[in-house]
Amino acid sequence: MPQLPAPPPAHRSLLALRRPLMRSAGVRFGVIYAVVFALGTLALAVFLWWSTAGLLDRQTDTAINADTQGLQERYREGGLPALVATIEQRLAGNVDDDAIYLLVDPSFHRLVGNLSGWPPAFHGEQAWYDVAVERAGRRGMARLHRFDLAGNFHLLVGRDVEVHAQMARLLTDALLWAAGIALLLGTIGALAVRGLFRMTLADVSATAAAISAGDLTRRVRVSGRGDEFDRLADTINDMLDRIGRLMDGVRQVSNAIAHDLRTPIARARARLEDATAHAACEADLRAAIERAEADLDGVIAIFQALLRIAEIEAGARRSAFADLDLAPLLLDLTDLYAAAAEERGQRLQPDVPDHLPAFGDRDMIQQAVANLLDNALKFSPPGGTIHIAAGTDPAQGVFITIADQGPGIPESDREQATQRFFRGESARSTPGSGLGLSLVQAVATLHGGVLLLADNHPGLAATLTLNTRGKPRVNATSFADQAAADAGAA
Amino acid sequence: MRILVVEDDKDVAGFVVKGLREAGHVVEHADNGRDGLFMAASENFDAIVLDRMLPGGIDGLRLLETLRGQNNNTPVLFLSALAQVDDRVRGLKAGGDDYLTKPFAFAELLARVEAMARRGKGEGPTTKLVVGDLEMDLLSRGVKRAGQRIDLQPREFRLLEFLMRHAGQVVTRTMLLEGVWDYHFDPQTNVIDVHVSRLRQKVDKPFPTPMIHTVRNAGYMLRPEQP
Repeated sequence: MPQLPAPPPAHRSLLALRRPLMRSAGVRFGVIYAVVFALGTLALAVFLWWSTAGLLDRQTDTAINADTQGLQERYREGGLPALVATIEQRLAGNVDDDAIYLLVDPSFHRLVGNLSGWPPAFHGEQAWYDVAVERAGRRGMARLHRFDLAGNFHLLVGRDVEVHAQMARLLTDALLWAAGIALLLGTIGALAVRGLFRMTLADVSATAAAISAGDLTRRVRVSGRGDEFDRLADTINDMLDRIGRLMDGVRQVSNAIAHDLRTPIARARARLEDATAHAACEADLRAAIERAEADLDGVIAIFQALLRIAEIEAGARRSAFADLDLAPLLLDLTDLYAAAAEERGQRLQPDVPDHLPAFGDRDMIQQAVANLLDNALKFSPPGGTIHIAAGTDPAQGVFITIADQGPGIPESDREQATQRFFRGESARSTPGSGLGLSLVQAVATLHGGVLLLADNHPGLAATLTLNTRGKPRVNATSFADQAAADAGAA
Repeated sequence: MRILVVEDDKDVAGFVVKGLREAGHVVEHADNGRDGLFMAASENFDAIVLDRMLPGGIDGLRLLETLRGQNNNTPVLFLSALAQVDDRVRGLKAGGDDYLTKPFAFAELLARVEAMARRGKGEGPTTKLVVGDLEMDLLSRGVKRAGQRIDLQPREFRLLEFLMRHAGQVVTRTMLLEGVWDYHFDPQTNVIDVHVSRLRQKVDKPFPTPMIHTVRNAGYMLRPEQP
């Protein structure tokens, strides 16, 4: 196959240069800016021309017409002598020395006027002429109107417009200069626009590149001017924060799974291996297998809880949102747990209004409250009272508080308490997976609310808030920021 | 009962088939969707245990939809690793009567299959439940054992009603939570056991023989006292 000749290097580099140039959004915006700027300047120039030079021309034409009409009337009334007299009179009275008259007889011989002779070019049908005329030894531009009188006399009436022409030249020069300056400014403006774009986007693009390369700590610079670019930067940074949190979550969860599931699996394995090697009779073997089964059930429960949390966090459950009354829901749960609490010598004390309308997922809220009650029962001492309070708060929407009298969670641990697999010092000895509060937190977030952990003096007061005003938010902090921004804008 | 198990995993299928046979049922097995559909449509079963993901071009959902399209109302229990709430909802919407996610305990599967098959028989609306010497009047909401009146709280009444409707069958804690309280989660606390034990105080304690029995590793069973 014959080889295609390569294009000459210069040509190729030109092509290479042109394509990215036209592809650059900065250049495109710059060019648009320059074109709009030039069109604006052009419109201004046209208007200026029309309102100065154009106005003078129109005034001249009006004067010539008025003059001509006057002369025609004189001719009709007094004939040739009156006309000649009038022209002479007008020439004498013309202080500015810009009027031009010429009256000729049928054979084009001058009768009266301040032109030396009938210009040779004036023999057509045309009525208006712009010509250079010589008068009293000076050449200058003149605008002349020719018309024919009865008796085959011809009359030229005109004005010396040399001053106008000079002004027009001046104006043209000025406009040309202005156009040049406009072009220059337009180009500078376009370059500035392109530069601004490039600068702002370069930072965004550099940040994005760094993020894709794995550096999740990079953020887009915010200039602090609060402009559109700042808002874009803020949005991108918020997104990156969330991605960062999710990544941290994933990392934590995989670490936690590795650590926390290893224990029960290892235990089950050890039991089975031990039974295989040492079981003396079938009963021993069965017992060991049953205990191993229970261990594996624990592992399955942990997996199910993890999947449930993941499902909630993915927001897939919003389709099940509906209007519901939390009051009977809470009383039912209280009823379910009251018997178990009583058996432990604890007391459940509900303080719930008659109606508590909310918008959310019934199953999820039930499970979240059940988890809080599980914890409260687990950690409250015998004789303790567990308060279940609920109501509407104008700032937070609906709140549900479960307050126990157990050991509580030390302030330093509260941040981490909702992380998956976290178990406080006081919880290490009790059974549990460390997933309960993570699920409550996920449910709160799904409903645009938060899980607040506070001191009950003594004990823990866990408050679950739900945003009941419809559309769920991403998380509470971003909503607070948004509200602050809205307040600032208003 | 005649039960059809449609399940492609050999171990799971063998385990389920063996367990159901030991419980006294006649069991047929299909290991792909096509055979499963053929058998389900051409023979009469009291219940079908159906896997969601099946080889053979017809998955569990398609199989069930086809079956229901032919006005076949055999009760179907889905047995699936697809555990998300939406998967569950999809399975029940397609005409499934119950949904059990893998991994599962065999006792739970057996209890649910038996409960489902009996429900499928359609006893019709009843006003009175009788198990042994225990009587429940659903209209006056009165309960008597051996002619002696027993006072129950509304929730205890519903718990006993559920146990009586499934008399002679194992009822798991999850089934009670779903059937009596309409909750779809597992509490960490032994709330159900406490409620059952309270019910026992009223239904069993004053009488010589207990009727509510604990089934190890499974749940509870209400049955008439054996002579």
